[in-house]
Amino acid sequence: MTEALLSDAVRELVRDGDTVALEGFTHLIPHAAGHELVRQGKRELTLVRMTPDVIYDQLIGMGCARKLVFSWGGNPGVGSLHRLRDAVEHGWPGRLELEEHSHAGMAAAYAAGAAHLPFGVLRGYRGGDLPARTRVATIACPFTGEELAAVPAHRPDVGIVHAQRADRKGNVQLWGILGVQKEALLASARAIVTVEEIVDVLEPRPGAIVLPSWVVDAVCVAPRGAHPSYAHGYYDRDNDFYLAWDTISRDRDRFAAWMRHHVLETADITEYHESLREAVPA
Amino acid sequence: MSTAYAPDEMMAVEASRRLADGTVCFVGIGLPSLAANLARRTHAPGCVLVYESGTIGSKPDELPLSIGDGELADTADAVVSVPEVFAYWLQGGRIDVGFLGAAQIDRHGNLNSTVIGSYEQPGVRLPGGGGAPEIATNVRDVFVMLRHTSRAFVSALDFTTSVGDNVRVVVTDIGILEPVDGELTLVALHPGATLEQARAATGWELRVADPLPETEPPTPAELRALRALRTKGSG
Repeated sequence: MTEALLSDAVRELVRDGDTVALEGFTHLIPHAAGHELVRQGKRELTLVRMTPDVIYDQLIGMGCARKLVFSWGGNPGVGSLHRLRDAVEHGWPGRLELEEHSHAGMAAAYAAGAAHLPFGVLRGYRGGDLPARTRVATIACPFTGEELAAVPAHRPDVGIVHAQRADRKGNVQLWGILGVQKEALLASARAIVTVEEIVDVLEPRPGAIVLPSWVVDAVCVAPRGAHPSYAHGYYDRDNDFYLAWDTISRDRDRFAAWMRHHVLETADITEYHESLREAVPA
Repeated sequence: MSTAYAPDEMMAVEASRRLADGTVCFVGIGLPSLAANLARRTHAPGCVLVYESGTIGSKPDELPLSIGDGELADTADAVVSVPEVFAYWLQGGRIDVGFLGAAQIDRHGNLNSTVIGSYEQPGVRLPGGGGAPEIATNVRDVFVMLRHTSRAFVSALDFTTSVGDNVRVVVTDIGILEPVDGELTLVALHPGATLEQARAATGWELRVADPLPETEPPTPAELRALRALRTKGSG
């Protein structure tokens, strides 16, 4: 499979109980794919992501997740992720297991996964209470004896990222802030990429990287598929949405109504955007 | 232009004054980003801003609203991946100053941004460490910026997210603290703030420098530059 409908790709490539990484560091967050996981009612997922953000707040609140592997769980520039907090503080809608790292540790774990190494190594996790609460070990450098931190490699079942565009063969091009998407994709057994558009030829762009088609299982067109995140060169971050999410997500019923109206009752990214243009239900 | 100023403007100005020209800073969003951009726009045009989203040498015209705003990439000298920014640049020892905030701080500059209450059953689940644990240990100087309240300045942290070994200054809305013999000591008060206020907002027996100078208030030029950066609205 290369070019596919997002709903087909998610149905065929993501199974209940899988470990799934949806990456994108503020930029190019694969929201359309996250919505599709919700629509298909995926369950018992282990969700891996450096910054859970609104995308995992939605998945956690909708009961898709069993465990969260992360390093910073807030609404950037706004405050808390209320569905994440409700899960951790009150076990709603279910108990959520946490595996918590630092950003540097998550990045090293993804890079190790991409390299098919068993662990990543870094000068990190020094002092503090985090090492006692997570999967990290101290190792000695075999050459100098320096004590370093080892983090087990991330090897997700499925990696999902959003990119600006792909060509008809399925080669994927992305630029701007690149985050950890390349590492997440290469660390994963199966890979889904959503793109803004499919073009005949990938014109060179400054700072762009290309993920060759043969490391991608499915390329799915999802215009404005990163919303409320952004796609550099296509559309800006919807900062008002992030602010609005604070209110929407604070209350269980309001959150459920929002998800029902904008995600469960829409078929795809196009209908999702149409629903956002309508009045929000009370 | 009004020369009256808000407490967070005093904080941003005082932090920016401590950034020398050419300093390489690892900045987060909010007040640290404001302080570093103010330094770049005033006395330290060669100040290099590195954001954890991987933008190196960003020169935004207006304050970015998120850590990964497109403008940070458009105005950067280089855009690198997140694994690279943490491994080659932060861990590689190429960052002079790192800014941190937190929900709690203790007298040694250790910080908590993880939980209030117990880890297993927290009263409040905070966002977590993010870049903080490695920023705290891999930069030369850590600058902490946070509001001075007795809920934040505590005798014992609920959780130690990052360690205070490299904390050189804590800029609050009341004054300035610096480590003296390993303990944060009040070394200046902002105009209008009182020692009693500082003591009441600190959950431990606060050490105080003698003499205790007053911070120089923001100059009109500093306020002008600061407010020009915020025209986008920083919320």
